[in-house]
Amino acid sequence: MKLIKNLLFYVLVLVIAVIAIFPFYYAIVTSFKSGTALFEVDYWPKVISLANYISVLTTGNFPRNFLNSVIVSTAVVAISLLLAITAAFALARVRFRGRSLLLLTILSVSMFPQIAVLAGLFEMIRGMGIYNSLLSLVFSYMIFTLPFTVWVLTTFMRDLPIEIEEAAIVDGAKPWTIVTKVFMPLMWPALVTTGLLAFIAAWNEFLFALTFISNDVQRTVPVAIALISGASEFEVPWGNIMAASVIVTVPLVVLVLIFQRKIISGLTAGGVKG
Amino acid sequence: MKRESQLSRQRKRAAWLFLTPMLAVLAAVALWPLLKTIYFGFTDASLDDLAGARWIGFRNFLEYVDYGDGTGEYYGLLADPTWWNAVRNTLFFTVVSVVFETILGMIVALVLNANFRGRGFMRAAILIPWAIPTIVSAKMWAWMMHDQFGILNDIGLSLGLISTPIAWTASADTAMAAVIIVDIWKTTPFMALLILAGLQMIPGDIYEAARIDGVNPIKVFWRVTLPLVRPALMVAVIFRGLDSMRIFDLIYVLTPNNAQTTSMSVYARQNLFEFDKFAYGSAASTLLFLTIAIITILYIWAGRVSFDGGR
Repeated sequence: MKLIKNLLFYVLVLVIAVIAIFPFYYAIVTSFKSGTALFEVDYWPKVISLANYISVLTTGNFPRNFLNSVIVSTAVVAISLLLAITAAFALARVRFRGRSLLLLTILSVSMFPQIAVLAGLFEMIRGMGIYNSLLSLVFSYMIFTLPFTVWVLTTFMRDLPIEIEEAAIVDGAKPWTIVTKVFMPLMWPALVTTGLLAFIAAWNEFLFALTFISNDVQRTVPVAIALISGASEFEVPWGNIMAASVIVTVPLVVLVLIFQRKIISGLTAGGVKG
Repeated sequence: MKRESQLSRQRKRAAWLFLTPMLAVLAAVALWPLLKTIYFGFTDASLDDLAGARWIGFRNFLEYVDYGDGTGEYYGLLADPTWWNAVRNTLFFTVVSVVFETILGMIVALVLNANFRGRGFMRAAILIPWAIPTIVSAKMWAWMMHDQFGILNDIGLSLGLISTPIAWTASADTAMAAVIIVDIWKTTPFMALLILAGLQMIPGDIYEAARIDGVNPIKVFWRVTLPLVRPALMVAVIFRGLDSMRIFDLIYVLTPNNAQTTSMSVYARQNLFEFDKFAYGSAASTLLFLTIAIITILYIWAGRVSFDGGR
């Protein structure tokens, strides 16, 4: 009886693992196929051809699109962490009137549907003259990275004991010194986690990137992949699409596997507590 | 005493100084564009002439045009069948996918909460669908669901589940199912991790006591586990629900131009930038925002969700 139960449990585990991993595995298998091999269903790689990778990396704007994504995501992470850590200090360590109302307002911004600000942002971005520029994305992505980073860093800072600050206050340190000298060194784990989650969110964003950039060179990878098309509806270059998909996903999967525990704790801090 | 209050005043001043840049950015990127979108919904703005927008009241939402001969017709979003179709699609998608994600997420979380060899590997495997960009997962699944060369049809045919290949993403009957399947695959991990965090907060001795008393495991689940993870579950459901209500990317890429799957966000963007009805699209965005705001408030009020983690 116990044996059957164990067996069933492991079958369930296996099913979950296969469903989770198979689609990405199959994308990798497809990306190594070329020519007519694409049109045969294979469950494991038979021949390995790099033709799709070479084609994606040497023709078209894909390398440039990749660089765009790296630039935008990195800038978004740096700016939102800088803004969020000082704000989190104020929200977590200083008592003032309206503090919880302010936190709730910030949290509610993260529930905004992006489409609700799209028309207004579009007008603003054209007015600022940054339409078709990566700046438009760095600016607009703050709407979803800021509330989240502020929230997670605030909950993290609130849990630190008061003693760590006391010595610095007694020594007459100014709040700015306290943030940079006392909190920053303690906050590295939280900064890495929130930074990673913000990076992934910026890397994957589609709606703003599709709307605020209309030129192929300035696009980021999600939009570039969505717009890869063949000469006609019947000539969709699936091999290239899969190769490009693998290229943009592998860095994320590697990051996720390395920082697994940190990411899970960050997700649940953002979720369970907010 | 004097020094104390001086200190706290200094800290309060610094706090506001620290908060200002963040609040200014949020106001610029969220508050102002939101107000502007709402405003555009009440004007006749067009994509080429945003500055020349004139106030036209509720005409984008509902307007009765009298033909002067005793007949007339309603125009505007609230009288537009394609808008209501988008509302229906969105609500159907949200309810079905969130229900499945909750049940499957609970199962995955219970598995991950058990002690077994390879648990670390499983937790990593679960994160893969979450980490894959939505666009990439849409393309991956579009290829797997391909009507001629797709592996899904191949599996279905060889197992005898289907007799002819199915055009998953193109056919009117299956397009919505295709979208829901991909969404469930992509977001169940998030649900599972949130529920898992809730499960891990349940003290182990409760289970120990139930085991010694010989309580049936199914009864333990309904009587002990479920009530205790309810707060975490409620938060996970509202997060997923709000996220599904605004779905755009997956539908836009997996089933483009398909009336069976057009969501409220897709409808709004089509009007804003593809059909040259900027004001009409803004009105649709406003209605979506209102819907989400009202549902959130009702849910928090009805479920008494505590976002403060009980603080």
